Amino acid sequence: MNYKAEPLAIIIFVFFVLSVLGISYFFSRKTKSASGYFAAGGNIHWGVNGIAFAGDYLSAASFLGIAGMVAIYGYDGFLYSIGYLAGWMVALFVVAEPLKKLGKYTFADAIDAKFKSRGVILAAAISTLVVSLFYLIPQMVGAGTLITPLLGLPFEAGVIMVGCVVILIVATAGMASTTYVQFIKGGLLVVFSLVLVFLLLGSGFSTSPDQKDSTYHEFITLELADTGSDAIALKDTSYEVVKEFQVGEEPSAKTFVKLAKDDIETVWQLDADNNILLETQTITHRADGPDLYNGAPKEDGRFYQVGHLSEIEGQPAVETGGLNLFNFIGKIKDSTVIRWSQQNLTDGTDRITVYYQVPTEGKDVLIPGLKFKIDPARGASTSDQINFISLMIALFLGTAALPHILIRYYTVPTSAYARKSTIVAVGAIGLFYLLTLYMGLGAMTHGVIDLTNSNMSAPLLARAFGLGIFAIISAIAFSTILGTVSGLIVASSGAVANDLLHKFFKLNMDDNKMVFAGRITAVVVGIIAMALGIAFKHMNVSFLVGWAFSIAASANLPAIIMVLFWKRTTSKGVIASIAVGLLSALILILLSPDTFSQVYQLPAANAPMPFSQPAIISVPLSFITLVVVSLFTKKDNVTDSTV
Amino acid sequence: MEHRLSPDGQEEKIQKFVTKFGIIMFAIYTIVYFAFIIIAVTNPQFMGKDVGNLNVAITYGFGIIILAIIQALIYSYICGKRENAERSGKGKSK
Repeated sequence: MNYKAEPLAIIIFVFFVLSVLGISYFFSRKTKSASGYFAAGGNIHWGVNGIAFAGDYLSAASFLGIAGMVAIYGYDGFLYSIGYLAGWMVALFVVAEPLKKLGKYTFADAIDAKFKSRGVILAAAISTLVVSLFYLIPQMVGAGTLITPLLGLPFEAGVIMVGCVVILIVATAGMASTTYVQFIKGGLLVVFSLVLVFLLLGSGFSTSPDQKDSTYHEFITLELADTGSDAIALKDTSYEVVKEFQVGEEPSAKTFVKLAKDDIETVWQLDADNNILLETQTITHRADGPDLYNGAPKEDGRFYQVGHLSEIEGQPAVETGGLNLFNFIGKIKDSTVIRWSQQNLTDGTDRITVYYQVPTEGKDVLIPGLKFKIDPARGASTSDQINFISLMIALFLGTAALPHILIRYYTVPTSAYARKSTIVAVGAIGLFYLLTLYMGLGAMTHGVIDLTNSNMSAPLLARAFGLGIFAIISAIAFSTILGTVSGLIVASSGAVANDLLHKFFKLNMDDNKMVFAGRITAVVVGIIAMALGIAFKHMNVSFLVGWAFSIAASANLPAIIMVLFWKRTTSKGVIASIAVGLLSALILILLSPDTFSQVYQLPAANAPMPFSQPAIISVPLSFITLVVVSLFTKKDNVTDSTV
Repeated sequence: MEHRLSPDGQEEKIQKFVTKFGIIMFAIYTIVYFAFIIIAVTNPQFMGKDVGNLNVAITYGFGIIILAIIQALIYSYICGKRENAERSGKGKSK
């Protein structure tokens, strides 16, 4: 896609960022103590904290990633919404109140409350840093992704802008400003997502979803001429057949044909049953020049946004008019959705990425299976099913173990307030996740998908309804990233200043030194996050967040649960559990099929692990390690008090 | 600032109740959540069955999210009520 910066978008964006910095400056003048810096003095109102929880949690993965995944894969993207919200039940019913009673600034504080062990502090601090860094990477990638259409700047500029603004926020004011930024952003995100869904329902569906300022590209077909031989020829002789590409084996073999017309080469997909060629979209990565989009330079604007219904309830050219929440889904169920899939071709020294049409029955879009294979009747293996179960376990157990979520329990005065703010968070987040399905399906059917970047689906859906809402939604999405990154950096700086320097290395630090160490850490972690964000530029945002959830669920949650509820837990058991959970999750991720194909660019079949989601192995392993080591070291158990 | 422990251990009683009630609520939610996963894996076709304009997958997915909100409100109401009762001396003595 060739994006142009719009003045209105820039003005709204600059207003948002300046507002965030203004809040930061205001609170920086109040932040003097360590309690103020790391836990906002423990004096945040529970309602504000609840919406701030939502702001922390509804990160780039939720807003950009889920909507984008629903736009491409339908219901399978919504599984993330279900799992992310279900995770809050672990936080609310099991973790929130006891953890609030035990801790002061960090997750390590709570875990170590009954042991006073430097080993526990070290393990918990390292785990916090690793999970925070893994969670930071997708946020930075999201920032870079968003800045291109919004301001017309390169990816790297977005990453550096987020990094610098966040360092400024966190290094100056800490948790108080982060909380109020998250409160405002979380509230705006839910409100404007509601506005977007109302606009979507009001517009209904059209088989030709034109946008306010542009016409939807009608994808055409070309009829084949009967030559009496296997050679491909066209009735329209203005096209010249250049080359054929055979891909895959029967029954899923495909034939692509390169055609030339007016000095522009395009690629078409053969539909042998109907004797036609179907239009595709291509990006040609040339060895000796810039990439071509549908055979022309990017600036020519020949690469189109996609996603539409080819027929609605059996009718090929229809507009439905306004719909409600239920018949919006019902219309999709009874229609055919044109989804797009991807195939890589080699043409001499050039690599061609071909995006081709996949007509899909609406009812199949609304059940699991287009991304996560779970149905044996459609070729799912046992490994595929285990992969799906493992992902759902990681999403369920990961939330309550994320460091930037855990530290928010320390910003309210009492355990009861921790509970109340979690309930406000569940309400706001639950409402937002219901909306993600509509935003994703809307993007899928309203001609707004950028095939080169599915993460842009929700903002581009907003643009279909006008530049104003696009600018507001994009600025909120950008401040979403600012807020989440701020929270993660506060968690990291707490782990270093409070856990490592103050408690593990026993550097006798007063309040001022703790805050200073926290600020220096914020700068260092911010710079590392910027570097990683640029290095992981091409990775999928939701995929990266899945890693962070798996690691948090494996390393942190078993320790939290057992410290709270099993009297015989020992410090050595906790250390071993965190170490085994962290390492096993990391190793399984590094050996997984997804990492082989997406990171190492190797065939997924070469991966030693049969599935990509580690939680189904690493979480039980971490629990078992804790129990076994605790039983063998029970003489170390200095106290049997539990909450 | 934490609630002060009163001599008759009211806070401890409240905490015990909240923990126990939380685990019951968690168990209910966990069963509903994992039932969804088991149905999706063992009987994927069932997920596509019609439920009015929706289907089982969408209805169940919405249900899991709405159940979370409802359970959270019930939990808040019951725990708050118990706290008030204990602090005003009307709690059940055990």
